[in-house]
Amino acid sequence: MSKLTVEVKNLNLFYGSFQALKTINFEAKKHTVTAFIGPSGCGKSTLLRTFNRMNDLIDNVRIEGNVYVDGVDVYSKKVQVDELRKKVGMVFQKPNPFPKSIFENVAYGLRVNGISDKHVIEERVIASIQQSALWEEVKDKLKKSAMELSGGQQQRLCIARTLAIQPKVILMDEPASALDPISTGKIEELIHELKKDYTIIIVTHNMQQASRVSDFTAFFYLGELVEWDTTTKIFMNPKDFKTQNYVTGRFG
Amino acid sequence: METKTHAHMDAELAQLKMDLTDMWETVVSQLQKVRDVVEKNNRDLINEMPGGEKRIDAFELKIDMDCERILALYAPVANDLRFVLSVLKINYNLERIGDFAWGIAKLFRDTETSFSKESLKKTNLLLMLNTSIEMVKTALLAYENDDNELASTVFEKDKVLDSSNKNANKVIAEQIKDHPKTIMNHLNLLSIIRKTERIGDQAKNISEEIIFFLDAKVLRHKRKKK
Repeated sequence: MSKLTVEVKNLNLFYGSFQALKTINFEAKKHTVTAFIGPSGCGKSTLLRTFNRMNDLIDNVRIEGNVYVDGVDVYSKKVQVDELRKKVGMVFQKPNPFPKSIFENVAYGLRVNGISDKHVIEERVIASIQQSALWEEVKDKLKKSAMELSGGQQQRLCIARTLAIQPKVILMDEPASALDPISTGKIEELIHELKKDYTIIIVTHNMQQASRVSDFTAFFYLGELVEWDTTTKIFMNPKDFKTQNYVTGRFG
Repeated sequence: METKTHAHMDAELAQLKMDLTDMWETVVSQLQKVRDVVEKNNRDLINEMPGGEKRIDAFELKIDMDCERILALYAPVANDLRFVLSVLKINYNLERIGDFAWGIAKLFRDTETSFSKESLKKTNLLLMLNTSIEMVKTALLAYENDDNELASTVFEKDKVLDSSNKNANKVIAEQIKDHPKTIMNHLNLLSIIRKTERIGDQAKNISEEIIFFLDAKVLRHKRKKK
């Protein structure tokens, strides 16, 4: 069994004639957190979205090279996108719960994936809400609308929804940027907990968040992966001058 | 808006560097006074030293608080973080050197008669003092000019202090045997030699911090292994 959950080899990605990713080589080891940092438009979210083929939804996208999740080339014709997205869950910048009950939000993915056994669903929903550190706050109101929850609670509910499918990788695209510091702290604590069972890749503009939550950090600039190393190395002694300028806030 | 934030931090870091340089120069001045006290038996200079010692202590407190404030408010990383961490430690090292300088001056003050030329020569005390001053000044120059190679020359100079310090017990014991009436005088001299050697150690620590800041290399406890 490979120790890598995500592996990228010589990846180029074009939006029409614009090259958004340039010869990216990257690996994420099992049960680690990797932070993608870099200025807007540097390609970090684009790369993140190749891991679960979210870029397929965009017109004129052309991809060269390989992306492997759990040893499987995700752009192989044999791969079914639905199956891939079960393996690779995603949490977005703004919490996006369905206008359904708290319980149903988490159960939704299970039902969609053909699980109908009530007991299994209930067990999985409760476990996922517990794992996302939301249980104590919602255990008495599981039938209430998810829209009644605070932003931070909604985001943890979205994480619970992702966990219910039992993915191997969780992608997080600025998961705390719309949240207050307390909710942000809870999400960060959660990331620490979740990495025991999942491989997490997080895009963030918050340098301190990157340094707090991640084991590895990758710095992107103009579609290139400039530097990728342990987070300690990136924030104590980056090799590349561009990385140093970015993390110290002297970019441009 | 972001640019302004970083301009503020840059100004804070520049001020920190200037304050540490001022403290360093005060420490060098204290050391030079001690050397003149010993070399020229100029006891009047001792009276000038408490002012310098107070100034060093005040610098230490200010720099310590400024480092804490910069860490808390700006959360520096990479070379900025290494700089602030190195300033924190150099600040402590310089304060210790200031203490040693004042300690040597007090020992000299408490010694009833001046040290004999023979004792000074045999113990190499003046050479030790001059070497320690040179080490502290070299480290200062390396710090001012971000010169890691210059900083590493400090380690070599320490050998002079080490060998004189090693011989000190034997030399002082012989002097006491030859001049039994000067036991206290020579015990004070031995204490001065010990303190001078410690100044060299602090200068070495400072150089290690400069290299840590510039190259992110941790030399502590590594150079000792042979």
